[in-house]
Amino acid sequence: MTSLGIAEELAKKHKEISVAEFFERNKHILGFDSPTKALLTAVKEGVDNALDACEEAGILPDIHVEIRKGKRNEFKVVIEDNGPGIIKKQVPHVFGRLLYGSRFHAIRQSRGQQGIGISAAVMYGQLTTGRASTIKSKTARMDTAVTMQLMIDTKKNRSEVLKEDFFVWDGKEHGVRIEMFMEGRYVRSKQSPLEYLRGTAIVNPHASITFIEPDGLKHVFERVSEKLPDPTEEIKPHPTGIELGIFMRMLKSTDKLKVRTFLQTEFESVSYRVADEILAKAKLDRTIRVKDIDLDRGRAILDAISKVRIQAPSKECLSPIGDILIRKGLRNVLDGAKPDFYSPPITREPRVYKGNPFQVEVGIVYGGQLPREHQVQVLRFANRVPLLYQQGGCAITQAVEGMDWRRYGLDQKGGRGIPHGPAVIMVHIASTKVPFTSESKEAVANIAEIIEEVQKGLRACARRLQTHLNKKVRKKKAREKFDIVQQILPMIAEKSSELVGKPVPALGPVITQIMNVIWIDDTVEYQKKRHKITLTLYNYTPTGKKLSLYAEVPANCIDDKSFSLAPTRMRSSGKIRWDLGRIKTTEKLDITFDLKGLDKRDFDECELYVSGITAANVIGAEALPGDWDIDGEEPELAEIDPEVASAVASTELDDIPVEPEEKDEDTHPIEKEKARPDMDVIPMEEKRVKPDKNTLPKEEKKAKPDKDTAPKGEKKAKPERDTLPMGDKKARPERDTIPKEEKKVRPDKDTPRIDKRKASPDKSPPPPKKQIKSTRDKPPKKHVQSKLEGLM
Amino acid sequence: MKNEQRHKEAVKSLLKVADEIYTHLDKGHIPTMGVPSRTKTNITFNQRQMVWKLGKSKTLRSAKKLDGAYMLLRTLYMIEFIEAMIKANKSSTLREMYYISEGWDKAKFGAQDESNKLAEDLEVVTAHMREDFKLRPEEDGARVIGNITVNEKNRKGVEKKINCRDDVGDSGYSIPYNVELDKVKFGDCDVDFIIAIETGGMFDRLVENGFDEDSRAALVHLKGQPARSTRRFIKRLSEEKDVPVVVFTDGDPWSYRIFASVAFGAIKTAHISEYLATPTAQYVGITPSDIINYDLPSDKLTDKDVQALKSELTDPRFKDPFWTNEIKLQLDLKKKAEQQALAKYGLDYVTDKYLPEKLGEMGLLK
Ligand SMILES: Nc1ncnc2c1ncn2[C@@H]1O[C@H](COP(=O)(O)OP(=O)(O)OP(=O)(O)O)[C@@H](O)[C@H]1O
Ligand SMILES: [Mg+2]
Repeated sequence: MTSLGIAEELAKKHKEISVAEFFERNKHILGFDSPTKALLTAVKEGVDNALDACEEAGILPDIHVEIRKGKRNEFKVVIEDNGPGIIKKQVPHVFGRLLYGSRFHAIRQSRGQQGIGISAAVMYGQLTTGRASTIKSKTARMDTAVTMQLMIDTKKNRSEVLKEDFFVWDGKEHGVRIEMFMEGRYVRSKQSPLEYLRGTAIVNPHASITFIEPDGLKHVFERVSEKLPDPTEEIKPHPTGIELGIFMRMLKSTDKLKVRTFLQTEFESVSYRVADEILAKAKLDRTIRVKDIDLDRGRAILDAISKVRIQAPSKECLSPIGDILIRKGLRNVLDGAKPDFYSPPITREPRVYKGNPFQVEVGIVYGGQLPREHQVQVLRFANRVPLLYQQGGCAITQAVEGMDWRRYGLDQKGGRGIPHGPAVIMVHIASTKVPFTSESKEAVANIAEIIEEVQKGLRACARRLQTHLNKKVRKKKAREKFDIVQQILPMIAEKSSELVGKPVPALGPVITQIMNVIWIDDTVEYQKKRHKITLTLYNYTPTGKKLSLYAEVPANCIDDKSFSLAPTRMRSSGKIRWDLGRIKTTEKLDITFDLKGLDKRDFDECELYVSGITAANVIGAEALPGDWDIDGEEPELAEIDPEVASAVASTELDDIPVEPEEKDEDTHPIEKEKARPDMDVIPMEEKRVKPDKNTLPKEEKKAKPDKDTAPKGEKKAKPERDTLPMGDKKARPERDTIPKEEKKVRPDKDTPRIDKRKASPDKSPPPPKKQIKSTRDKPPKKHVQSKLEGLM
Repeated sequence: MKNEQRHKEAVKSLLKVADEIYTHLDKGHIPTMGVPSRTKTNITFNQRQMVWKLGKSKTLRSAKKLDGAYMLLRTLYMIEFIEAMIKANKSSTLREMYYISEGWDKAKFGAQDESNKLAEDLEVVTAHMREDFKLRPEEDGARVIGNITVNEKNRKGVEKKINCRDDVGDSGYSIPYNVELDKVKFGDCDVDFIIAIETGGMFDRLVENGFDEDSRAALVHLKGQPARSTRRFIKRLSEEKDVPVVVFTDGDPWSYRIFASVAFGAIKTAHISEYLATPTAQYVGITPSDIINYDLPSDKLTDKDVQALKSELTDPRFKDPFWTNEIKLQLDLKKKAEQQALAKYGLDYVTDKYLPEKLGEMGLLK
């Protein structure tokens, strides 16, 4: 049963029975079934509305919530916002009439959906305390604010205004303040107003929320982002997965005559071409009329829809939080537990269930003082609203439970169920219509597409966590060796050569025997609002190595001009790839670049992956996961196996300390300015035109014509379709020009990519050598002598 | 061998160790250094010398491991230090060397234990004594009382005759850290046996009771685990003057180890057992049987005591019927007793009754 179905029923029912009676019967589905829950629900309805209203009006929300204890178990609940306010005429309807709302017919991502929420709270208060609610409101246009005391006439489902007044609202330009009295019980459990507001703060980093508890304790959740969520557009239903009943009803109420026009105008993503395709697949004439569609034909059309490839709905109707803001929000609320790691959050591409677009976001926080023995806390959110009840019945929980978390470093008995460990998992589902299991909007219904998407997001995010943990563990293990070759061994060499009176031996061979890995260090410094990233690759193997290095950083913040070594590929999604030229044995290579526009704590470390080399021989980066490059390119698995190639051919060459090519490279440094236009990076103009879109996949495919055989191309085409945004149509004309540019890229490919200016000053094992030089005639010796003098 | 020569040879051997490390590096090998392991599983009984010596098993220190790399580096610094010291014609105590290592950058030691051990390692590896490296312990030697004459070269290089009964006070003759021939020679020796005593209290008791004169004994105070010089002194005296040695300690596992170090050689110094051990030394007591036979006041064994006893059961040096039986008996009794527990029967009991009885059994007292 969908909520729309229920709502319709409700609408019918309220004519027959009194609203009060209806409420009494249904208070569980409205979230007022216990005194504890009632307080939470009242706060939630008020705050959700406030956030919706602020966002719609483009105002950064300042929300104030207060719960005060009255006599016996009576509480006063106050919610005040700085939103647009409600005009005087509307106030009684909004607060005194069930099923009155502005969002009911809109297909759009918002918290409110049904037009029940706040009036249900008012009604509950009235039924349990007999007291009226007070609403204060002011819009920007109103000269003075209005205050109203109102109750609901439960027979007529109309509000009764007991008292109304104008007043001067101190310093307030616009906003709404609600004061309700209700029976309740105040708790601080996992399902409490405080917990709800905490969750709200996580997913609404643009909101500032203060909360005063009955005992006077004040909680402040500061605003950590000045950016309002992108405004969402109302959309028409998407044809994929639409239910037959709804489809038939839409046919009934349309004013279009032909089915072809009906499909094209009333649905999202359906062009005439697509409509024709649908009708052809349904074996119907393309001139067939709406009134000729009976149930069977309707079913045939739906069947056909499922077979025709239809573009995903526009992203514009959804407003995901985004990785950076999720991280900010999580930090803002969870930093008290001093977690070790905020796994870079995942924002999946939008998808569709039953004609409704939805989008999944996942974040994982790990370690620190989070309890190790307990179950992982799963924070569920739908359209930026925390879900606190019915955890077990929620698709998000089921998605978490259905995954094997053991391989991501969490405990889980039998590989099922909520895992244990020091972690918090947050999942956000944004949709034009979140499929709740009931009107109280407490749990997401078990829908296969949603579970699948949530799990994909969880896996990607968990893998980032895993990558981080792996890297930490492996680096710690290998750190010892690093210390040996960096510090101790050069000292041994120096001291022993001093004692025997011979020249300091070259340490390369010994260093590579001890390490026998590629060591990758990444450091991040924050200077002048920039994250300065340095990736250093040390080749501590006995032979030269060639590999591809991949880095992932937050989207849209790479400074293209900052690269010390031009990437081979780069995407606005924050994925960077370098096909590196051979790094000779015991040499190192530095790559630096900047991120701009982020706050210091928005970014801690790159995710690094490698390909073209056995990942077990690499410390500091993981093997490139198969699905890493979701937006187009398939991971390349070793053009040549450098392991094999170098073992055979390059051993002798590489171990010769003097390298003739060196000179060559010095006289032909890669000029950044020249290299840039040819590079396979997103041109700046394009970025400006479509700030949020990834229109590159198609071009990417063409960039590698030699590699791409037909069947592969087709395989790739699939995911693209799903993820391709509407804007793609606009992008098309550009496509023709790109291959030409691509051709220019080719010759460049053969030029050495290692930025020698950075890489080569130190020829043989760079750090050791420096140390050797600097430690000649150093203090310890003098020290010995002076001590000896003292002994005489 | 003349002194100068000994030091020169030592430096040569030490530089060989450095050269080995250098050569490893020069050939592109990970430098290593093999050190005979000084554990109870790596001591073997040398029939000819009648002492327990180090076996063939070696531990390999490799720069591949952080600990190993540090050890190699420290080894080089220590070699450099010893070389410089010998060149400058100086010596230092082990403790001084430890403090000097503070200036050795990453090669500095964490505790004096570590530097002492490394000095011992170098002895083992080079087959030189640490005296050859001009390293000496800061411990003062033990005390001796008895009718023995020692010719000791003083700091001015003059040989002084000291009779350990007539020329000394109540605290006796103090054994210097170097007791080699160039420093100490033995003159007249008019005693029937040497009795080495663990505790100062018992040493003083025997002195006060005139046991040395009455029983024609040389009393040596071991001061707990005896210093190398004390053991070397006992060994030389026993062998050069052909006097038997008995050891008198508390009746607990730690004391048995003191006896073992005098008689068989200590594990830590097994590489120089033939210099230090007196294989003919015998154990007087206190034995676990004494606890029963003399009905001595006793303490309960601690867990550590029990552990030590059990470990001694697997120690090759204690593998003879006497020790096996006594240790097993003690494990049954779960008791230990101190030397001074004999005072239960009066202050003279030890010299009037206990020692005469026990030494009589050994045929040392008529
Ligand atoms: N604080 C507010 N500021 C401005 N408008 C508000 C405010 N609260 C409610 N409204 C308006 O009143 C309408 C009714 O609110 P109500 O909570 O009853 O329903 P809803 O939010 O649309 O749906 P739901 O039942 O899912 O909450 C909203 O749609 C909105 O237009
Ligand atoms: Mg609402």
